Order: sequence, then C-alpha cells, then structure tokens
Amino acid sequence: MKGATTADYPTQWHRPPLFSNRWVKYMIYTALIAFFLWSLWESRVSLDRFLIGVEGFGRLVENAFPPNFGPEQRVRIYAGVRDSLAIALISTVLGIIVSIPVAIASAENISHPLFYGAGRLLISISRSFHSLILGIIIVAAVGFGALAGVITLTFASIGFYAKLVADEIEEMDLRQVDAIRATGASKPEVLVYGVLPQIFPRMVGLAVYLWDKHFRESTIIGIVGAGGIGQTLHNSFRSYEYDFSIAIIIVIVALVLLGEFISLVARRRVQ
Amino acid sequence: MLEITDLIKIYDSNEEALSGVSVSTSGNEIVAIIGPSGAGKSTLIKCINRLIEPTAGSIVLDGTELTTLSEDELRRVRRDIGMVYQEYNLVERLTVMENVLSGRLGYLNTWRSILRRYPSKDVSRAYEILDIVGMDGHEDDRVDELSGGQRQRVGIARAILQDPKILLADEPTSSLDPETSHAVMELLSETAKSNDVPVLINIHEVELALEYADQVIGLSGGKIVFRGTPDEVTEEAKDRIYRGATPSEAASDVSTGESTEPNQPLVSTDL
Amino acid sequence: MAVEATPERWRRYDRRERLSRFFALLGTLIVVVLAWNALEMRYTYLWDAHDQLYDMFGRMTPPDVASSPELVGPLIESVHIAVLGTGFGVLMSIPVAYIAAENTARNRLVNGFGKFVIVAARSVDVIIWVLVLVVLFGPGPLVSIIALSFRSIGFIGKLLAEAIEEIDPAQVRAVAGTGAGRIQAVAYGIVPQIKPAFISIVTYRWDSNVRSATIVGLVGGGGIGEALQASMSVYAWREVSMVLLIILGVVLFSEWISSFFREKIR
Repeated sequence: MKGATTADYPTQWHRPPLFSNRWVKYMIYTALIAFFLWSLWESRVSLDRFLIGVEGFGRLVENAFPPNFGPEQRVRIYAGVRDSLAIALISTVLGIIVSIPVAIASAENISHPLFYGAGRLLISISRSFHSLILGIIIVAAVGFGALAGVITLTFASIGFYAKLVADEIEEMDLRQVDAIRATGASKPEVLVYGVLPQIFPRMVGLAVYLWDKHFRESTIIGIVGAGGIGQTLHNSFRSYEYDFSIAIIIVIVALVLLGEFISLVARRRVQ
Repeated sequence: MLEITDLIKIYDSNEEALSGVSVSTSGNEIVAIIGPSGAGKSTLIKCINRLIEPTAGSIVLDGTELTTLSEDELRRVRRDIGMVYQEYNLVERLTVMENVLSGRLGYLNTWRSILRRYPSKDVSRAYEILDIVGMDGHEDDRVDELSGGQRQRVGIARAILQDPKILLADEPTSSLDPETSHAVMELLSETAKSNDVPVLINIHEVELALEYADQVIGLSGGKIVFRGTPDEVTEEAKDRIYRGATPSEAASDVSTGESTEPNQPLVSTDL
Repeated sequence: MAVEATPERWRRYDRRERLSRFFALLGTLIVVVLAWNALEMRYTYLWDAHDQLYDMFGRMTPPDVASSPELVGPLIESVHIAVLGTGFGVLMSIPVAYIAAENTARNRLVNGFGKFVIVAARSVDVIIWVLVLVVLFGPGPLVSIIALSFRSIGFIGKLLAEAIEEIDPAQVRAVAGTGAGRIQAVAYGIVPQIKPAFISIVTYRWDSNVRSATIVGLVGGGGIGEALQASMSVYAWREVSMVLLIILGVVLFSEWISSFFREKIR
C-alpha cells in the first residue's frame, strides 16, 4: 500500500469482538442487565419499611450502648473466644492433615483416574455446602458442642485446602518429578523429593489463609450449635441482650483484625 | 527547537545524575547520546518530558519553558513530545491499533476514548503510519502476541501519531537483535526527515549511533564530555567518554533500566 | 598437611536449625493438645454418630420432591440476593480498591481510609452482618443484599487493590507520557492490566455469594435458607434434603457459569 495517500485508508476501527457473534454478545449483556434490573425490582423496599428501620436503629443504639462488659459477660466471652480459637486451631491442623492425601489424589497429573474422580467429588461436596449447613448435619450426628465444630471445619477444609493444593500440583513442573522417578525412586520418595519442594511455599501460604478462614468461620458456626463464640452471640440475640451482643461483636471484630495482622506478618516472613 | 540549559538532577540519595548538561537541537536533526551505564543518559531523556523531575536548569521546547509548567499545561505539552522506550512500554493486553491511537488521547474527549470511538482522521492516519512502520495488517493483534521488533515499531507508530514537535528515544534498540536494531534506527531516521522533527536518541551501541546520527553527544558521570559529528568521534573521544573502557566493552554494557523516583502516585504529573 | 576426613553424612539443616525445627513442631503439638483439652469435648455421641447419620439419612431420603414448587420462589429470591449483593459489591469495590492501592492513591490519608474500609468490611462475617441488620430492619432479603455487598467490598476491594499494585507502571507512564489525562491513563494503562484478575476475583466472589445467599435465611435473611430453617424447625427431614439438593444444584450451576466466563475472557 505504499504510495497511498491518507485518504485511501479506512476511517473506522473497532475492537475485535469478544464473542464469535455480535448477537451472542448483545444477548448475553441484555440478559445480564435484565436480570439485574429484575432483581432490583423484586427487592424494592418501601419507604416506610426503611423509615421503620431507621427508627429501629435508634432503639437499637439505645439498647445496645454502652456495651455490656460486665463480669459475668466477660466470663462468657472468654469461654466463647477460647473455644473458637481452639476449634480454629485444631481444625486447621487436622484439616491440613486430612487434605493432603485428598489433594494428592485429586491432582490429575499424578493420580489414578479413579482416585482423581473420588477426590474431586469429595472436594466438590465439601465446597458446595456452606459450613453452616455442614454444621447442621454434623450437629445432628454428634450432638451440640465443640466436637461438631471441629469436625465441621475439618471437613470444610477439604473443599478449600485440598482443592487449591491439588490445583497447585497440577500446575507444577512435571519434568522435575519425572527426573526423580527416572532414578528409580519409590512413589513416596517421588512425592517427597519431586512434588513437595515445588508446592511447599504455596502450602504454607494457604495454611495461613486456612487458619484465617477457620477463625472467621469458628465465630459463626455456633449459630447452629457447633460451639464457640458464635453460640454465645446467637444466644444473646435470642434473649435480646443487645448490649451483650455488641460487646461480643466488638471482641470478634478485634480478634479477627488481630488474626489478620498476625497472618499478614506470618505470610511476609514465609515469603 | 529544543534548548536544554545547565540541567541538574540530584536524586534523593544525593546521587548527582546530571551536573549541568546543555543540549540544543532543531530542524530534523538526529542527536545520539552515548555513554557508559549510569552516565545519566536515561535521566537526561526522561527529564525532558518530566518523567523525572529535574532539580535545576531549563528546558525550552519551541519557546515554552517546560520545567515550570503546571500539571495541566505539562499534559498538553506532552502531546508534542513523542517517546519511544527500551521496553516498548505498550499496553500488552490491548491491540496494536489501540496502542497506536493512544498517542492521540491528549486530543480526545475522555468518554469517547473509553468507548473507543476515535475520530476518522486519526484512524486513517493511524493506518497510514502502521503501513509506514511496516505493521499493516496487524491492527487487531494483541501486543503480547508480537515480537520485540514488531512491538518497537508499534511504539514508534504511537509516537508518530502524536504528530510531535520532537521525538525522544530511550535506548530503543537495546532489547533487539542487530538486524532489527538497524531497521528501527532506519525508521527513526526516516521519520525525522519526513516529519521534519528532531530526534534525540539515547543509545549505547556506538556503531549504530555513529551510523545514523547527525550530532553525537558523549555523556559521562553526568557531564557532557564530547559534542560533535560522528566523524569527529575518534578513538580518543571514545576513551574519554567511556573512561578507558574499550568500545566493544562499552557497547555490551547492560543498561541500568528505568530509574524513577519511588513512592509516587502512578497517575499524576510526577510520573 | 593432614588429610581431612570426608563427611560421612549430609544433613540439610545444621544442628541448630534441626533443634529449632524440632521445638517448633513440638510447640505446635503442645498447643494443639492444650486446645483440645480446653474444649472439653464430649465424645459420648461420637460412637453412635454413624448410627445417627444413618438414621438421619434414612429420614431424609427420598427427598420430598413434591415440596419443590414451593421452593422456587425462595430460590429465586436467593439468586436475587446473590446478584444484587455481588453487583453492588463490585460497583462499590472499584473506587475503594483504587484508593486503597498503594500506587494509585492520591495521598496517605485517602489510602489509609480505603484500607480501613476494606478491613472493616472484611472483619465481620456475613452472618453476623445479617444478624445485626435483621434486628434493625427486620427479616428479609434486603438485609442480606446489604450484608453481601459490604462483605464483597472487603474481599473484592482487597484483592483488586493487590492486583492494581502489581501492574507494570511503565505501561501506564507511557500512556500518560503522550499527554493523556488521568482518567484516560487509567482506562488505557491500568484497566487492561487488571482485567484478568478482576474477572477471576468477581467470579470467585460470585460463587461465594451464591453459597452465602442460600443460607442467610437461617438467620432471617430471606431466600431459600428460610425454607431450610422452616423445614428444620418442624423436623420435616425429607423437605430438608430437598432443599439441600436444590442448594447443591444452584451452587454447581453457578460455578459452571463462572468457569464459562473465566475461560471466555482471558
């Protein structure tokens, strides 16, 4: 095209379309927006409902402040927090221990298809149900209390930890593993020398995330009776002791923040 | 056209990168700035469009003093300064055309630029320039799909589309193989002539500099130690510039790369 | 010259490191044991747990399919909650992430405010938000939408801010160097770079919000969780299992949609 003047060139340009068909794109966008608007419409709030809420806010603030940190409350808070921390800690350790074999089984590149299917199914089940739902079932099985909490969170770990570790294994460099295998190493040795060094840093990072997650979850599974401060909180709401509720919430928020700070530091040090 | 007088740059670490540098160029001259790593070549170029803030001195482009401009004024003047970078600095995930047309963003209404509705004459000119740099047919390609030489051509196209008063090039060939380097230098040379703009090139391959430049400036330790035509660059001059390093050693020096001040907001005048 | 004996053994960690690793492991073990004891868990029910599960399973199967038409309404409500919660959350997260990222904030004060908003939004679980808001506004889907939005700000905001901090600044500076305005530099320099991360974060959050939306009803937040709560309170186990199946279905379906989107938009 040398020798052409500016006038010979196209005057319009558009980005290459994302979807193969412009119509498909319009349809999907329209559907999304329509759905959003429908949701908006269905959830419309009447003005008086909102005003009642604001009024309720006033009453709540009256009832809730000052937060009740009285002696009896402190004991209950302490017991609840102690339990939640313990549940979170134990579930993290157990969760990792349980997840590792599941993760190994669920890695497509090093596992037998049968184990792979079973592992991924287990991960799916663990992930799909919120820890509260799992908690309900486990409480029905082993009764109220911390034991249910530990079992619930340990099982829930699989959906998170095993999945991410399995994904990490699937992304690792197979050549390193093959090299180890070529020396005639046994299966466990291949795992320890070939697989483990590659995924270890991520495992540690994820473990910290897991602890984070567990701690947050441990504060609420008490709602379905699985122990910890969530139970204390729920009970306080049930009995309209809002000043106590506020106290508990403040403690929970402070602890979660503290936990986040610690895990931030831990993650920096491990890196 | 461009008058730099007594430019001084002292970094926060008290490192004096430029100690009173004066450069002047006009017409369609090609000025090559050569020197060892750390001599201040990059700093000098980046001070011109204030990617790095000079500490003292004056830079006058076509009668406008650049060092005292406000944020808005600087933005407007930058439209007249085209820059080509060592690492191309194209937006990798965008298409070639979008990158080229981003040269006209300073003239385009914000909303239209986001919607990618470009004026027809800009689009035609962009096509024309892509043709000139040898990238016709590649408008829709994503930049990260291109080779180094191709990317640099797009970078040059972007700069040309600005229709600038001056072209700056910061080590444009350092990341390229010799054959492509020559092609890029050819392109810059032709652009100078056909667009009638001076080109300031920061370069460390001395042979390339001597082959294409009209004026050669030797920078060492923040001071100009040589100024003249390529013919005047004798062995003694090269020694003086590179402080006793042999020319081949100097030519294989690895560039120090981008040096900007840390901890500045990304999008502001002090870029 | 004396000949040095060649080392007989190779160890990865020297004596001091081995000792500290040993103690670290021991310390962890001790803490775990202490925690275990502190919980004073009763194992009485553990032994017949499998019996209980079996029994409950029996009572839960077959799922009460007949009740499913009634569940459609609450299910759709849950979807609405997820959609609006995620939608508003995303909209509000974008400016928050922008000011919370170290490289795009105007000054430290604004940056600190952004970070504070993110941390505040993250620190409290959705359920607690819902509990509190139900007391304020009464039960219903609105509180869940608000709760999900806020939580999403915390999650999306944090990850998005991190993504913004990881971009290549040279690309942005080059765009600004052509004389582009601030918004243009963001649109052309930053947005394309964070797009993959953005899609990944939003779809992950969407999955999470769908799951949350299905259970907020347990504490009064509307949606199918309320149906679950209602069935549980009257021990209608076959209805419960039907609800659980529906929840499972919705979650898997939304995950399928998410992965579809993730592939489509590289």
